[in-house]
Amino acid sequence: MGKALQLAVTLLAAAFLLVPTIQSVLAGVTVNYFQGISSGLTLDWIGVVWELYASSIFLSLGIALACLCVTLVIGVPAAYALARNPGRLSRAVEEFISLPLAIPGLALALALLQLYGSYKGFRMSWTFILVGHVLYTLPFMVRSVQSVLAAIDLKTLEEGAATLGAGPARRFFDVVVPNALPGILAGALTVVTLSIGEFNLTWMLHTPFLKTLPVGLADSYASMRLEIASAYTLIFFVMIVPLLLAMQWASARAQQITK
Amino acid sequence: MSSRQFVALCLVPLAIFALTFLALPLVRLVLASGEGEAGWGIYWQILHTPRYLTTLVQTVLVSVCVTIAALVVSTTAGLFLTRNRFRGRAVLLSILTLPLAFPGVVVGFMIILLGGRQGLFNTIFPGHVVFAYSIFGLFLGYLYFSIPRVLLTVMAAAEKIDPALEEAARTLGAPPHRVLRDVLIPALAPALVAAGAIAFATAMGAFGTAFTLATNIDVLPMVIYTEFTLSANIAMAAALSVLLGIVTWGMLFLARSFSGSTIAAGG
Repeated sequence: MGKALQLAVTLLAAAFLLVPTIQSVLAGVTVNYFQGISSGLTLDWIGVVWELYASSIFLSLGIALACLCVTLVIGVPAAYALARNPGRLSRAVEEFISLPLAIPGLALALALLQLYGSYKGFRMSWTFILVGHVLYTLPFMVRSVQSVLAAIDLKTLEEGAATLGAGPARRFFDVVVPNALPGILAGALTVVTLSIGEFNLTWMLHTPFLKTLPVGLADSYASMRLEIASAYTLIFFVMIVPLLLAMQWASARAQQITK
Repeated sequence: MSSRQFVALCLVPLAIFALTFLALPLVRLVLASGEGEAGWGIYWQILHTPRYLTTLVQTVLVSVCVTIAALVVSTTAGLFLTRNRFRGRAVLLSILTLPLAFPGVVVGFMIILLGGRQGLFNTIFPGHVVFAYSIFGLFLGYLYFSIPRVLLTVMAAAEKIDPALEEAARTLGAPPHRVLRDVLIPALAPALVAAGAIAFATAMGAFGTAFTLATNIDVLPMVIYTEFTLSANIAMAAALSVLLGIVTWGMLFLARSFSGSTIAAGG
């Protein structure tokens, strides 16, 4: 294949991905998108979105932080245990907790609703959405931490600390966690990025009083004028793009260690 | 406390969470699929009800088309970006991987901006060019989020190919299409299978994009959703979910055994 053709395909693909995002940014700050940019630029639509959906933005941030805390508490010790005992059983555990990556969110949400839907107090609270987000993001935290721990000489480090009299808990907090930090950071950024953008599970788990950012987005796409939907998408981009870039940076940094 | 006990203790939170919120709900889902009027015959019923069968065929067809298109586009772009260093390469790569963090609903909106009633194509071209809500729009939406996933998998594999192989083929007089067919494609084969499986599984299960675009198109996730919410046919929704879950999990399992890595399904 000629180089020119390859370049053309690459540029076309990039344009396909980029053009609508630019359109959405422009539409979000244009007075009247149908008339075009000539109708003038405005921040009014952003203001409207803020009035309508600020609560859903804060709910998403809150859930993302809670999700981060839970995945840290569950994921980091688990990754340590799995890294300490590499073998078939650990592989099976990892495989099992990774199921939420392979099974569509819709199916997982149905499963949760089937089992816990009748417990109204739980069903109606934000923790129900949190459970879905933890299910989906936990495998990323575990894998990220585990791959860093598998690459360092954990045994020698721990033996060193043990000879100096450190007990298992002390070794975990003073030796394992500091060494795993690049993996924890990459995992944490992945968890927050994915939680803020999660829709497939959340759409089934949310209640009319608990709408997360992506649920609000779906709502605005269905019922608001294009300018408001675009302004809301613009706000989402402003939140998610820096997170994505930070996540890619942290993951590349963590991968350097595993090489 | 001994070291062994501490390590075992480290797994307790994970075990509790995975059992309560993953294992038990999945068992419940499978059981629920057999609790309808048809009992376990519901799976037989899926294959003999024209509406479900059409949905299945249509979902698989769209997913296959997306997989092929994403493989062609992303392999071309991926090889080009691995082989050439030029100014703006990093920017181009960022643009091509950006949609990784977009939820399916946002991808759907991107297609509306391109092919909706107020979309780019309808504004530029005379006449009525609205394709966002058709099966073609859905195809474009799935392609939108498949390109970055396939690209990353292909590039990771392409970087590992020894450039000397290609050089040797060229020195021996192989024209570019022979180098592609006899050297690059075989070297990339495991990555292509893995990336293809990822693209297929993601497209099969994509709910957000279908939710925004496919109000009039029967694809599996939309049918599951309407069976559950509108028809309250819980058993059928559960059975279709089980079927969908097995297919996507199977595809990704295949992908992993070929490449050893997974990228999250989503969209």
